[in-house]
Amino acid sequence: MPSVLPLGDPAPSDGLLPAQAADGAAVRAFGLYVHIPFCAVRCGYCDFNTYTATELGGGASQDAYARTAVSEVALAATVLARSGVPDRKLGTVFFGGGTPTLLPADDLAMILRAAIGQWGIEDGAEVTTEANPDSVTRESLAVLKDAGFTRVSFGMQSAVPHVLKVLDRTHTPSRVPQVVQWAREAGLAVSLDLIYGTPGESLADWRHSLETALSYQPDHISAYALIVEEGTKLAAQMRRGEVPGIDDDDHADKYELADELITEAGLGWYEVSNWARTPEQACRHNLAYWRGDDWWGIGPGAHSHVGGVRWWNVKHPSAYANRLSQGLSPAAGRETLDAETRTLERVMLEARLQSGLEVSTLSPGGRHEVAGLIADGLVDPPAAFRGRLVLTLKGRLLADAVVRRILPD
Amino acid sequence: MSPMARTAPVPAATDPAIIRNFCIIAHIDHGKSTLADRMLQSTGVVQARDMKAQYLDRMDIERERGITIKSQAVRMPWEVDGVSYALNMIDTPGHVDFTYEVSRSLAACEGAILLVDAAQGIEAQTLANLYLAMENNLTIIPVLNKIDLPAAQPEKYAAELASLIGGDPEDVLRVSGKTGVGVEALLDKIVRDLPAPEGDPNAPARAMIFDSVYDTYRGVVTYVRVVDGMLHPRERIQMMSTRASHELLEIGVSSPEPTPSKGLGVGEVGYLITGVKDVRQSKVGDTVTNLAKPAAQSLPGYADAKPMVFSGLYPLDGADYPVLRDALEKLMLNDAALVYEPETSAALGFGFRVGFLGLLHLEITRERLEREYNLDLISTAPNVEYEVTLEDKKVVRVTNPSEYPTGKIAEVREPMVSATILAPNEFVGAIMELCQSRRGVMGGMDYLSEDRVEIRYRLPLAEIVFDFFDILKSKTRGYGSLDWKADGEQVADLVKVDIMLQGEQVDAFSAITHRDKAYSYGVMMTGKLRELIPRQQFEVPIQAAIGSRIIARESIRAIRKDVLAKCYGGDISRKRKLLEKQKEGKKRMKMVGTVEVPQEAFIAALTTDESKDKAKKK
Repeated sequence: MPSVLPLGDPAPSDGLLPAQAADGAAVRAFGLYVHIPFCAVRCGYCDFNTYTATELGGGASQDAYARTAVSEVALAATVLARSGVPDRKLGTVFFGGGTPTLLPADDLAMILRAAIGQWGIEDGAEVTTEANPDSVTRESLAVLKDAGFTRVSFGMQSAVPHVLKVLDRTHTPSRVPQVVQWAREAGLAVSLDLIYGTPGESLADWRHSLETALSYQPDHISAYALIVEEGTKLAAQMRRGEVPGIDDDDHADKYELADELITEAGLGWYEVSNWARTPEQACRHNLAYWRGDDWWGIGPGAHSHVGGVRWWNVKHPSAYANRLSQGLSPAAGRETLDAETRTLERVMLEARLQSGLEVSTLSPGGRHEVAGLIADGLVDPPAAFRGRLVLTLKGRLLADAVVRRILPD
Repeated sequence: MSPMARTAPVPAATDPAIIRNFCIIAHIDHGKSTLADRMLQSTGVVQARDMKAQYLDRMDIERERGITIKSQAVRMPWEVDGVSYALNMIDTPGHVDFTYEVSRSLAACEGAILLVDAAQGIEAQTLANLYLAMENNLTIIPVLNKIDLPAAQPEKYAAELASLIGGDPEDVLRVSGKTGVGVEALLDKIVRDLPAPEGDPNAPARAMIFDSVYDTYRGVVTYVRVVDGMLHPRERIQMMSTRASHELLEIGVSSPEPTPSKGLGVGEVGYLITGVKDVRQSKVGDTVTNLAKPAAQSLPGYADAKPMVFSGLYPLDGADYPVLRDALEKLMLNDAALVYEPETSAALGFGFRVGFLGLLHLEITRERLEREYNLDLISTAPNVEYEVTLEDKKVVRVTNPSEYPTGKIAEVREPMVSATILAPNEFVGAIMELCQSRRGVMGGMDYLSEDRVEIRYRLPLAEIVFDFFDILKSKTRGYGSLDWKADGEQVADLVKVDIMLQGEQVDAFSAITHRDKAYSYGVMMTGKLRELIPRQQFEVPIQAAIGSRIIARESIRAIRKDVLAKCYGGDISRKRKLLEKQKEGKKRMKMVGTVEVPQEAFIAALTTDESKDKAKKK
């Protein structure tokens, strides 16, 4: 989650949602995101809303955080009920950060149990936590499994020491197979996160990282091009010329290599930056974001979406803990999307998926563009004939340009 | 020292013997407006507390740039030896583009103050205007201004002025417009040295128009100098060039606010209001006479303003086209030299081809359009008017490269200018190099003083309209000055260079150049565009061609990646806003075939590096 919050309308202190949030909620899936705003060190590329251990106190401290988060779970249930949104069981839960596993596994378990106690959970629900290879043990993974977690996503990023160093990642590459092994033994599905395009990373480095990751036979891989965000240490280093800048052609080469090797290894793409061994092993929580489902985001700076209402919490953990301790909603701002904006978001998000976008969603002008996109090799012809816009490999690399073409002026 | 006049002579009843008509010839920055202000104060027509700095320059742009675009005339009383005189100060435009207007202002005077900055010496335009004044037999009063400056070198420049006009360096007055030193002595000298106007009070009325200004409330205000006879309010007057007649609604003098009078007699200078709305109906240089008792012969020297430099003006946002059209219509009311006609560019959409007297005129007009009408404009590279003769003897006049004929061409003629450059002699080599690279032919060189030279060249106008002056300035470390006037035409080996994006010609980038320079233009423009046009989804070849022959090529590689890698829950709002912004940006793109070209690329490509630096400094 980026640390810069969008501009929106102010959110009311009771957190109550506008009427449209409840419309059609009964048939939409409902998920929970839990933000854990702590890291052992801040990585040079990271602009996420996260803090190192000693920075915070009070209800925002690591020790007290789980109880603070649980208090938002209770508030969430009240707000949804009072806003007329019907009760739904949790379909997916995702703990992200920060580094969720920096909290004791018992704390994560406590938050999860509170959420399940509040809403209940569907059979076969997906419950994921992100984890740093440094901050899990055989025992902690077992505790998570017992609490109901089904899946762990390790921030591997690279298998090349000099690349990890530029990223400020502290783990040694050999730690990864170890933690993957423990997760499997605990009965958790495994995803690996990789980053490509780090300054100084050669194409061979990237190939090595991919091959290494694939050799651990993960169920799922996310591979992201490095984005240099304003305000990060890496951005400053780049500005000062200490590290080379980002080269889009290099990114394109590496994306193509990733798609080739990951596909060869038997995984399939289901979103621009995500591949799964089977369709069932795709991250359903993330798919919910892209399909416009409802989710509540717990934690400082966390974003939520219910029925076309998007809101976000205050960013700083202390401000967040403060609001909750006074019984107030931690929401800082929100936006209520009109039909046109919701369609725009839908096009923007669903075009990134392998399942594609229904062509009938598009305006007549947008539909008219489809033939040109096929001719340019950006859209898959057979899928288009079936009425779905699905990007080709080349199209995935130019997804934003495609979206600009198919949206009305 | 003379006191302020106790009684001022009354307009329409002033003996020509006590009238003195004069103007001030000076370069921009040499302090003409400040000196004029000081004269207004010394003669008491403006009280110190009412003094707006540079009272006579009314427009904001004039005040900011420190130049006078529109001249006006002020009547001031001044007493010498117990006689009260009427002094008419006619303000003159100070820039090279307005030579014709200057010549008419000079023709309205018997004398001129040659005002030169005591720290800088005379500049080329001032020298040109001085020659003009001497040709008109004006009495010249040489004056050094800014003698209070530490850098002033009055002895050196007094000698320079004395050698230019003949006379003794001791006779050169020394003043400071800033402190007021020497101003009263100057007023006395005007009375004593300048001849009184002469004319026949009983002849049919003849008055020369030396300026014509549009006022929102009063319509056109026409400034005249009466030569013969007398003009009265309410009578019908006639413009001798067009035979158009108007009723004289008001006649008067400025001192400095307009004050109606019972008329204007021989030698007097004042204003007329007839209710016309367009300065073209009251042209500078024309003769005003009485309709009932017309003069047989108009005054000499009338000429129509002729545009020399042309540029396409296009609104950045196509929806602003009607605003631009209305704005040009309004500017035209006050600018007889401005001509325009609608034109369409495949790349830039709907706009106008506008003719100007010169580059400054272009810049001022563009700036006024942007500032006063809140327009964002693209102006294409300025060019001149070519006369193209085809093999079938048909003659085409081309003011826009895209209209250059494609058929067999027998001959192309281009307008020429004679240019005068003044500079310290250490820069002679650099100036000659520059002029020769611009196809100039040297006409001569004279020393004005020990270390300052006057260099004369005949040059194609096209070679000086783009960046010549900027380069001259930088090659002479700011000391060089330039004046030019039209000087016929010449046959030249000219070609049209086209620029193509993906095989599609972009009219806005076409240029007519000398054959020897076509290649360097092609390389420069294709290289510039490669930097300015963002990568597209396909490779975009950029070519420069003469006819079907390619002379330079570049290529923009296809973009391969345009996707945000990550788009999770918290990224969606941000990503959507970015997308909305990008779509807005797309609207500011011009489509050339299938290539999206940002407006900024057009602006940057049509701007020289020198003028870009200038814009940055602003």
